[in-house]
Amino acid sequence: MIRLEDVHKSFGNNRVLRGLNLEVPKGTSMVIIGGSGTGKSVALKCILGLVTPDSGRILVDDQDATQGDRDAFLARFGMLFQGGALFDSLSVWQNVAFRLLRGSLKRPAEEARAIAIDKLRRVGLKPEVADLFPAELSGGMQKRVGLARAIAADPEIIFFDEPTTGLDPIMSGVINELIREIVVEMGATALTITHDMTSVRAIADNVAMLHDGVIKWTGPVAEMDHSGDPYLDQFIHGRAEGPIEAVR
Amino acid sequence: MTVLLDPIAHLGRAVLSALGAMGRVALFLLLALRHLFTPPFYLREILTAMLNIGWLSLPVVGMTAVFTGGALALQIYSGGARFSAEAVVPQIVAIGMVRELGPVMAGLMIAARVTSSIAAEIATMKVTEQIDALVTLSTNPMKYLTAPRLLAGLITVPMLVGIGDILGIAGGYFVSTQSLGFNTAAYIKNTVNFLEPLDVISSLVKGCVFGGIATLMGCYYGMNSGRGAQGVGRATKSSVEAAAVLILAANFLITGVFFSV
Repeated sequence: MIRLEDVHKSFGNNRVLRGLNLEVPKGTSMVIIGGSGTGKSVALKCILGLVTPDSGRILVDDQDATQGDRDAFLARFGMLFQGGALFDSLSVWQNVAFRLLRGSLKRPAEEARAIAIDKLRRVGLKPEVADLFPAELSGGMQKRVGLARAIAADPEIIFFDEPTTGLDPIMSGVINELIREIVVEMGATALTITHDMTSVRAIADNVAMLHDGVIKWTGPVAEMDHSGDPYLDQFIHGRAEGPIEAVR
Repeated sequence: MTVLLDPIAHLGRAVLSALGAMGRVALFLLLALRHLFTPPFYLREILTAMLNIGWLSLPVVGMTAVFTGGALALQIYSGGARFSAEAVVPQIVAIGMVRELGPVMAGLMIAARVTSSIAAEIATMKVTEQIDALVTLSTNPMKYLTAPRLLAGLITVPMLVGIGDILGIAGGYFVSTQSLGFNTAAYIKNTVNFLEPLDVISSLVKGCVFGGIATLMGCYYGMNSGRGAQGVGRATKSSVEAAAVLILAANFLITGVFFSV
């Protein structure tokens, strides 16, 4: 289980997180929604230690995320970045097997390559893609390679940062389906941030609405449409009028 | 009163800002050095950095040295002719190239070619979240990106300087023997006899320091770049400016240490 308790984070005068409380039960898929600049990415980066919170606690399986062996902690995570964040200088298979080629999870190169090709196949890419470089791939293929890299070491927890941004509706549907299948198949805990309501309905077990640095509403995805929360209602129906200011 | 105090306040802010920047670079250097000497070591990254910084810089450093040596020979010959001292061309070309022009020209070429490339590459990696991706893949960016480049700079730039020194002297030799009428055997003998081990040592030490400065500035500005294309551009420009100025300042200090009477 991932638990955030009263997490605050400011950048200069910009108070991004203002007492964030959130629980993601083990083996479930939580999707955080909210407008641009509401702190979704910052929350995710705080959990991974990419950004240090000003105050509050972040617990993963009741262990403080800031304590203990950092490598062992990060080895439990996989992450799909918004733009893929593939390493330009490495081939596709080396990107996917990055974690398997160095550090505590290091394997022989042939074995790592075989695992990478297997993971590529899992996300619907042919083995011929393995020796290409990221610049030779389309946006959708890069996203799939990013997904293959995220699951390469069979992590217990997977984060997805805007998984469908910049993709056409069909490719978005493919990625959503893949994410759902992989999360169920691996029994992983998933935390996704997105604006895309189609993704929310495809991926989520639970949804949390983040606004002004706090969670305004959280609950099962089935209850999202009749939550009675004015912030959530405005967001999911894409209304210009409501408590969320259109001009921010 | 404020008319008097405002310039002082501005000066104070500028001094504090400069000291802050020096402190941040010093801390960055210490962190990079710590990662240089503690495992894991990324051998593949080190070899790639050595290839990029050393081998691939050889043409530009070599050409610069050859032309500088040739021009130096022409200048010394025409200048020396004013007081009938044309014969000192081999000695002055040798000492000028080995002590000063070889390392400084190589350092500045490395700043232009390598520092800018490192800063742009790392800044782009930062902007596209590749640095964050490294962290989530349990890989320390200082160890994976900075330490190999710094080590490669410390090892390969002195080699480049050594080669540049030889090629610079060769440029002077070629011009002197082909167009200024010097005897080939006498030119070589005068060059070899005049140079002292300390000249060569100072040249290589300068190369080592300049290599460290060039790679460190590229990594520092890349890692601390702002967002977007403008951030990458600013990081690249600042890194080259800082590296060039620091290389010239370090050159002055090292020359003082080795050759002050």
